[in-house]
Amino acid sequence: MTLIDHLPVFLIAIPILASLLILVAGWWDRRLCYPISLVTILSQFGAAVIILAQVMREGTVRYYLGGWAPPLGIELAIDSFNGFILTTILLLSAAAVIYARRSVEHEVGPEKTIAFYVLFQLLVTGLVGMTITGDIFNLYVFLEISSIAAYALIASARKPRSYLASFNYLILGSIAGGFILIGTGNLYAATGALNMLDISRLLPASFELATVHAGFLFLVIGYSIKAAFFPLHIWLPDAYAESPSAVTILISTVMSKVSVYALFRIIFTIFTTAYIVDVFPVTGFILFIATVAMIAGAVIAIAQSDLKRMLAYSSVSQIGYIMFALGVANQVALEGGILHILGHAVMKGCLFMVAGLIIYRVGTSRLSDLGGIAKVMPISCAAFALAGASMIGIPPTIGFMSKYYLVLGALEAGHWLYAAILLLGSLLAVGYIWRFIEIAYFRDGRDRGSGAARTLEAPASMLAPMVALALLCLFLGIFVEGLMEIVGPAASLLLGGA
Amino acid sequence: MIESFYELFFARYNYWMAIILMLIGLYALIAKQNLVKKLIGLNIFQTAIFLFYISLGEVRGGTAPIYLPEGVDALYVNPLPHVLILTAIVVGVSVTAVGLSLIVRIHEEYGVIDEAGLLQELRRR
Repeated sequence: MTLIDHLPVFLIAIPILASLLILVAGWWDRRLCYPISLVTILSQFGAAVIILAQVMREGTVRYYLGGWAPPLGIELAIDSFNGFILTTILLLSAAAVIYARRSVEHEVGPEKTIAFYVLFQLLVTGLVGMTITGDIFNLYVFLEISSIAAYALIASARKPRSYLASFNYLILGSIAGGFILIGTGNLYAATGALNMLDISRLLPASFELATVHAGFLFLVIGYSIKAAFFPLHIWLPDAYAESPSAVTILISTVMSKVSVYALFRIIFTIFTTAYIVDVFPVTGFILFIATVAMIAGAVIAIAQSDLKRMLAYSSVSQIGYIMFALGVANQVALEGGILHILGHAVMKGCLFMVAGLIIYRVGTSRLSDLGGIAKVMPISCAAFALAGASMIGIPPTIGFMSKYYLVLGALEAGHWLYAAILLLGSLLAVGYIWRFIEIAYFRDGRDRGSGAARTLEAPASMLAPMVALALLCLFLGIFVEGLMEIVGPAASLLLGGA
Repeated sequence: MIESFYELFFARYNYWMAIILMLIGLYALIAKQNLVKKLIGLNIFQTAIFLFYISLGEVRGGTAPIYLPEGVDALYVNPLPHVLILTAIVVGVSVTAVGLSLIVRIHEEYGVIDEAGLLQELRRR
């Protein structure tokens, strides 16, 4: 075996080693934490791109840990779907870690810097592990690694309210973890296997068992709590609004997406479409709830008075769009859903970065205090406008393309009404995005410093990832053809095709 | 009727015990005001799941799955659920540790650890 064959395991092993290295190096000199973290995540991203290219060339990459083939061993399996997700989450993690440096100095404090980077690295490790594992129990273990790191990271802000937000998330997250554990146990009891491929092969024989139905529900509800799918989203607004900006970016773009990925993986790869359509028809129900989520999330977002909280509720609404694809469950809609996982990660990352910059410079994210902010932070507000346009779905942005495929898929499946409500949801997105634009550009605020030359624009290390993500919203939409070459096979793979 | 009740409850009483414990835990999580009691509820909830797994692997008359010399025949219990639960116990311990340290911080900041008191404190600030 050459080195390149071992790349999948490096994706997990290297960041774990790096987190220990950060701890040791941090004792020696605190300034070393950031470069180590940055280099690790960038090299992970490089490895992910190489693996994705390999997957697109040769098909699914399977790696047996320690050389033990399943069913005895644990395997890492990367196909076009999770290769795509892997590249997405590492891209966003890289952007978040570049952004984190100044944000940590400002919001976390020097005494907690080392701990912050160690936990950040562990969170990324857990999420990468969740994405590439081919074993359902391993999925749970990585989920808990990432969750525990996330609880601590949310509480690392200097605000006392962040402790409460973190505790609430801890309680709900642990209930979710417990449900996932029970569901995994049920599947093990029904099939005697833990490898995802083995389970999906053995499961059709026991489709009618109540054990399997219960396991399905436990898994879906557990991961829905983690993904903040609408009625189970109550932990989300506090956790997003009270945590440090860099953490908000990571958990809003990466963590919820990975939970959605796990949901897709469980529903389509393990249970297959035969189960959710014929044996235990849930797609209609999921479609209905997803539609409610889109509307309700957007309506509550409009009612918020705080920028970060508004964006948090907008996330609830956008998760609804992704779950909409799961409810429609045909090729075109799934392409839209997978595209929206990338699209929402990029645009929400950019929007939260703008919110973080505003907190960094102005010290508040209350909308009423931000009048005329565009005069002093022109680049940030322009980035917000671009990413916001993508959120609304104005062509040619990535947000437009994913919603276009979603609507097309819904029409193909004959869900006229739902397609219409999806468009209505986009109109509601105009409501909350425009609110900030209007306040920032057209309302006169307090006088911020007298000199006209005075600008509050943030340092380059925070501006660069934000501008890059804003431009990505545009370019990914224009060059969507290239993306579809990955997303198309991924969607047909989920539906059981080659 | 009696027989079906027997079938339903006593033949699978291990699962019923797990379910009852789980519900006790969930009740404590939802209904208790004190944050420490919530964590205790979480622990009961997790323990119920551990019991569920352990009883899955049980084989009547089975012995510990230890390698025996050639020629000795033995019936083993399934060791895999035990191994899985060892991992899950570690997870449970870590979650409890994080939760308790958060409660310490909350107490330092607000001086109370019950939900009603916390709401009052939050409203006052």
